Amino acid sequence: MPNCVDVNAFLGAYPWRKVPGTSPESLAKALDRTGIDTAWITHLPGLFWRDPTEGNAWLYEAAGKQPGERFKPVPTVHPGLAQWHSVLTEARAAGAPAVRCDPLYLGLEPAGSEMRALTAACAAASLPLMLAVRLEDGRQRHPNDRAGELPAAAVRALIRSDARVRLLVTHADRGFIEEVHFGSTPDEARRIWWDICWIWGPPEDHLATLLDTIGVERFVFGTGQPLRIPENSIAKLDLLDLTPKQRAAIESGNVAELVS
Amino acid sequence: MLIDVHAHFLHPRTPRADWRERNVSRLTAGARIGISVHVASILGSWGLTSPIYFPSPRDVTAGNDALLALQREHPDAIRGYVCVNPNYTGHARAEIVRGLDAGMIGIKLAASRRADDPLLDPIAELAAERRIPVLQHIWQHRRRDWTGQEASDALELCVLAGRHPSVVFILAHIGGGGDWLHSLHAVRDVANIYVDLSGSGVDGGMLEACVASVGASRLLWGSDLTMDTGWAKLRYLELLLTKEEQALVRWKNAARIFPPGAFPAD
Repeated sequence: MPNCVDVNAFLGAYPWRKVPGTSPESLAKALDRTGIDTAWITHLPGLFWRDPTEGNAWLYEAAGKQPGERFKPVPTVHPGLAQWHSVLTEARAAGAPAVRCDPLYLGLEPAGSEMRALTAACAAASLPLMLAVRLEDGRQRHPNDRAGELPAAAVRALIRSDARVRLLVTHADRGFIEEVHFGSTPDEARRIWWDICWIWGPPEDHLATLLDTIGVERFVFGTGQPLRIPENSIAKLDLLDLTPKQRAAIESGNVAELVS
Repeated sequence: MLIDVHAHFLHPRTPRADWRERNVSRLTAGARIGISVHVASILGSWGLTSPIYFPSPRDVTAGNDALLALQREHPDAIRGYVCVNPNYTGHARAEIVRGLDAGMIGIKLAASRRADDPLLDPIAELAAERRIPVLQHIWQHRRRDWTGQEASDALELCVLAGRHPSVVFILAHIGGGGDWLHSLHAVRDVANIYVDLSGSGVDGGMLEACVASVGASRLLWGSDLTMDTGWAKLRYLELLLTKEEQALVRWKNAARIFPPGAFPAD
């Protein structure tokens, strides 16, 4: 297992503003710069397409061109389109560690019948399902970028909808995480992992609080790069008093649990 | 040397039971990051007895007193902005004089009155007289009014800066919410507006845009409510700036715009 896995990275242009460093080469350089061994990558423009799965072939190709486990593809699934099950089959064949679906960007009910069907299929295929709460701060989004943020209630509903499904939720803040975690049974909560990219450090110390109240084992390293600079998630960890074991759990050990 | 030009502290007369822990956390994290001086403000009672962004004169005074006490407690590490509510002109001017005479080094304007309002002129005139900078809370491209504050945006700050060309204004927290590109376009050619890099936003491309807009000589480092994002920006700036330019952002620009002797090594 690599020493540091970024479960929350993207490749490709963002439709709502100019973002530097979106090419595979640029992302690889950012990983070198920040000491991240592996990035789980999603095709960013595809998230906004009517059929987001059309970006997956390029994603697999881009991942395949990198040496070793530098990039791991996280393809997008649209459970409202016919043949969507095939994406899961492809993902398994390609060694994808997870699949993702951001229902509100696709115009789907976040815990509606399509999402529940996808949740069940991911559980059956032993593939974690990744969802982002948001991609950008709501106060700065483009006036025409109007998709809603993922509601905490949807995460609670999805984790309850199948007793085997594992969810990876990115870009969640403290309030969101607490609402879902303490609104779930211990068994449900054990099947949800949270990336740290949107959780505040000092002086509010939201991340330190969550590690104490919810547990180190629920958190994984994620950056949201290149939409966000990856140095931020590293700085969050550098500002905590973690044991080497705890830091290793967040940077890679908990991911191993997620995909096991 | 590293100067945080946008810090806050809490005090007992606020809604926060954990006020002491948050203050300690800021100082502890600051030591780890390498912050030499926290230039801070306290916005009244932080909502306990008057609204955060519309603090009563009594709360303004109490907040400034609490900050002065912290400054005395940490004479090397903490400096204060005098926070005022421009709707109370007489109180605001008296509070500025009182705070500066007690060792504070700047003025904090939050969101009690729009930046281009004439009521801000008596405050800016005092800033010119005392040669101190004004930190103005900004909503980057305010498209509407937001509950709880009469926020200003960069265009309105530019109007005020144009009326008071001898005063340095600090556009607060470029990463603190809203369309930062709108602000950066607005202030590009306004030489007496500096950009404070604080805020929770760490958008890819934001720091490049800051450098392109105002250059290293008009950027100031700060953290506001999220010191992790501040530290991340500091690290990323190493990619964009020379060592000398980094020094400008880290402390030299601040040392230039605050009064002589404001900082220990100044």
